Amino acid sequence: MKLELKLAFRNLFGSRLRTLLNVLVLSFSFVIIILLNSIMDGWNQQAQKDSIEWEFGNGHLINEKFDPLDPYTILDGHDKMPEENIGLTPILERQASIYPQGRMMSVVLKGISSEQEILKLPTKILKESKEEFPVIIGKRLAESAKLNKGDRVQVRWRDSKGTYDANTLSITEVFDSNVPNIDNGKIWIDINKLWGMTNLENEASYFVVDDKFKNPELSSWNFKSQFALLKNLKDLINQKKTAQSIVYGLLLAIALLAIFDTQILSIFRRQKEIGTYIALGMTRLRVVRLFTIEGSVYSVLALIVGSIYGVPFFIYMSETGFPIPPADQKMGIALAEVIYPVYGLKLILMTVLTVIISATIVSYLPARKIAKLNPVLALKGKKQ
Amino acid sequence: MKKEPIIHVKNVSKSYPIAGKEFMALKQIDLSLNEGEFAGIVGPSGSGKTTLLNIIGSLDKPTQGDAFVLNKDIKALSHNEAASLRNYHIGFIFQVFNLLPVYTVFENVEFALLLQNNSAKERREAVMRALNWVGLTDHADKRPDKLSGGESQRVAIARAMVKAPKIVLADEPTANLDSENAHEILKTMKKLNQELGTTFLFSTHDEKVMGYLDRIIHLRDGKIEKDEKNKL
Ligand SMILES: Nc1ncnc2c1ncn2[C@@H]1O[C@H](COP(=O)(O)OP(=O)(O)OP(=O)(O)O)[C@@H](O)[C@H]1O
Ligand SMILES: [Mg+2]
Repeated sequence: MKLELKLAFRNLFGSRLRTLLNVLVLSFSFVIIILLNSIMDGWNQQAQKDSIEWEFGNGHLINEKFDPLDPYTILDGHDKMPEENIGLTPILERQASIYPQGRMMSVVLKGISSEQEILKLPTKILKESKEEFPVIIGKRLAESAKLNKGDRVQVRWRDSKGTYDANTLSITEVFDSNVPNIDNGKIWIDINKLWGMTNLENEASYFVVDDKFKNPELSSWNFKSQFALLKNLKDLINQKKTAQSIVYGLLLAIALLAIFDTQILSIFRRQKEIGTYIALGMTRLRVVRLFTIEGSVYSVLALIVGSIYGVPFFIYMSETGFPIPPADQKMGIALAEVIYPVYGLKLILMTVLTVIISATIVSYLPARKIAKLNPVLALKGKKQ
Repeated sequence: MKKEPIIHVKNVSKSYPIAGKEFMALKQIDLSLNEGEFAGIVGPSGSGKTTLLNIIGSLDKPTQGDAFVLNKDIKALSHNEAASLRNYHIGFIFQVFNLLPVYTVFENVEFALLLQNNSAKERREAVMRALNWVGLTDHADKRPDKLSGGESQRVAIARAMVKAPKIVLADEPTANLDSENAHEILKTMKKLNQELGTTFLFSTHDEKVMGYLDRIIHLRDGKIEKDEKNKL
């Protein structure tokens, strides 16, 4: 085995160009696979962190009549806060219309305590503001409604009895969050104000819970844990990952095909050499092993070459991040402008193993043929 | 006491199936060589010279009859045993040199010793000694594509001789060489034969080679026509 390894290296370094090409192709797919995966992992971590910090907290306690995915349930999906309300931050949702520049736009007013600290929303500003109806909105709504900090906008809503009322909101802050769900079409207002506006004193559509929440069985409220809330996000990312694995599969297949091709050609073209090995006293099995090892050495060299340019590249990427084009940011899931790849040891080991093992297999398959070669014909260089 | 022959071919035939019929490349060959002989199989193209050498070299097996090399029955050898016999005891020299293209001269000559698991020091000494025999010590680090035909064949001789084999089988070693180089090579081999006692068996139809042989075995259509001492 040691000898075959030595000879394999000799042969590979001897045929420089062919080796270089194979190694480059393989190392490239290697680096890309690790990079793409790390970006997905980075995104996953960022998206989860952002969603927890901006939207989910430790979970939601949702009114049984309220379905966050169905706007028609907003009207009736609320109830008085339970007596036992430790660790609960109430949020009340109400539908409303705003009229920026004379256009009408449907929005959801979201009442939240200006003192809350569970979500990253800058609600403190709501308390500090001297305006009559201070609100905060996210950058996405700001863009779609063409509203800026300091702007005022007409709002119309209905109170608990269905009577229309109207007033003027002041945009006191435009916050920048990666979570579109709390931003698109959402206007955040102090919950006390919203209670007053709608005559829904002490009512909530759902609660964001923190770690003091004990999860008692509460009638008419359903608890959704942080894990359950994140599931959608994870599913979506996993879906994306699966789609991406086709890309890696393809990349790897191209690289392996290059090796496979080299092997088949080698065995075809190097008949004389194979015959010579056998004449010099090498057993055919050893020749098979030699050719197989030559193939797997490609993957080892690819690893080395891949690390030479890959590692600085990976470090660079983890510092500057991977910019996401603005179009992709409208996807409706938490996606930052820049994603910082996360390099997992497991991911790297798995990739390394996959590449080495598959390179060895595609080298072995054609090399098996050597065991059946007739040395006399091989020496003549006859294609068998 | 009469010495055992080093090569003993008894009633060997070799046939190839061609277009449904058996083609007899060798027909009932009987041949013995003693240790230290410098002999050649001479015959026209297609007479079966290479076929016979390959059987003696354990690269091929006879269809009928027996070939004994160093008292080993070629027919009965396993793959591994045949490989080992070639590795330790039989050196091959080919018409087209068959040097390993990506190896240096040194590495080409060293190859057989690598298979024998000799130490690096032993290998180095043996390789340099063999290169010295053929006058190529200065070319040790060259690749085969940088060598002339004569130099290439001398590397092949060094490669065959480095392991101090009992037998060297040389299949038309001068066919691709000019006259001057052919004589060079033959002189070198003759000298090694005399100094080391290695048995040489050639195949050739080159007049120049015949001039050096002690014994000429004439082959025609797979049969030995004549087997004679050569009057030098
Ligand atoms: N594998 C094979 N299949 C079929 N016929 C073969 C095979 N090998 C050799 N022969 C035939 O056997 C005969 C002897 O071949 P061999 O190569 O031994 O001749 P040779 O004397 O070495 O000729 P040359 O001087 O041209 O090298 C030839 O007619 C050749 O065509
Ligand atoms: Mg021949």
